[in-house]
Amino acid sequence: MHELSLCEAIAATVTRHAGERTASCVVVRIGHLRQVVPDALSFCWTMLTEGTDLEGCELEIEQVPAVIRCAGCGAETTLDVALMVCPECSGDDVTLLSGEEFLVASLDLSEA
Amino acid sequence: MGRFHRHPDGTTHEYDDDHDDGHHGDHRGYAVTGTSRVAVLEDIFSENDRVADENRKCFADAGVRTVNLMSSPGAGKTSLLTRTLGELAGTMRIGILEGDIATSIDADRLEGFGAAVALVNTSAGFGGECHLDAVMVRSGLARLPLAELDLLVIENVGNLVCPAEFNVGEHAKAMVYAVTEGEEKPLKYPVMFRAVDAVVVNKIDLLPHLDFDLDLFLANLHAVNPTARVIQASARTGAGVGEWCEWLTGQAAAL
Repeated sequence: MHELSLCEAIAATVTRHAGERTASCVVVRIGHLRQVVPDALSFCWTMLTEGTDLEGCELEIEQVPAVIRCAGCGAETTLDVALMVCPECSGDDVTLLSGEEFLVASLDLSEA
Repeated sequence: MGRFHRHPDGTTHEYDDDHDDGHHGDHRGYAVTGTSRVAVLEDIFSENDRVADENRKCFADAGVRTVNLMSSPGAGKTSLLTRTLGELAGTMRIGILEGDIATSIDADRLEGFGAAVALVNTSAGFGGECHLDAVMVRSGLARLPLAELDLLVIENVGNLVCPAEFNVGEHAKAMVYAVTEGEEKPLKYPVMFRAVDAVVVNKIDLLPHLDFDLDLFLANLHAVNPTARVIQASARTGAGVGEWCEWLTGQAAAL
């Protein structure tokens, strides 16, 4: 729902890191527990970058699954729904191993 | 790790690869362009979080504790706050930063209870932001006498999705949930229900008139957030408001 704000933040990060160079692709890494709709993010990115120095810079989205580990039985589970309960032993002493990532991971840069 | 990839013509596809060295099995052609992949690994919220840290320092300098109060529209944040201000009158100095997309209706409702109220309308930009971020909160702080306050409550924009994503420099997060919203909401909006330290289950005076299964709701809430403090209340009758005020007082005393 706030994909436009997120694109503004991504664009600011790209511009700062690119300096004088041209960014042809930005890779963002987003956990499944983040409420981001990839299609909406891509749409907003195209709209936001049009007519700017970042026009044509591709947005690539890496999606990271949500994984929990149970302290009781040691099981690691990839979540479909964000339930903090171990499906193996029903224990609720679980740690989130991944799924909350929200990073600009890397940039493809070329000399201007 | 699945990748989502959009072409200039609007078509998309996902693909997997096992490399993590920047050389993917696709068609970007590094060799001919002299392009290099640069690792950034920077949080997309880093700018928001930097301002949130500044806000937090502001609160520390002024000696004020801050609670970010969130909910869906109509769950009863403002009603709970007017009750709260009445209950806590004379015991501590409270400020309210009122976030709304448009109008001063809620801010007006909170006037006259002895609290300092500042309004932030989020519609100044592009269509109206669906949440308060750290920069918006900073813009409202200048209009509050922070140094004279013990507790600041930030009443966020009514929305179960976006406000949960943005730290604004608060010390604790709480939400108001109304029993009219249905038992499944923690499962449908897990990010919000996971983000908070306390959940006020509001409108319990309506329970005799609803098919609402309170135990099922509490089980769903526990499944996404096992540690949240749960307070059953009715802002209309005042039931449970005392327990909520004790929790708030505890937050203010934690300085």
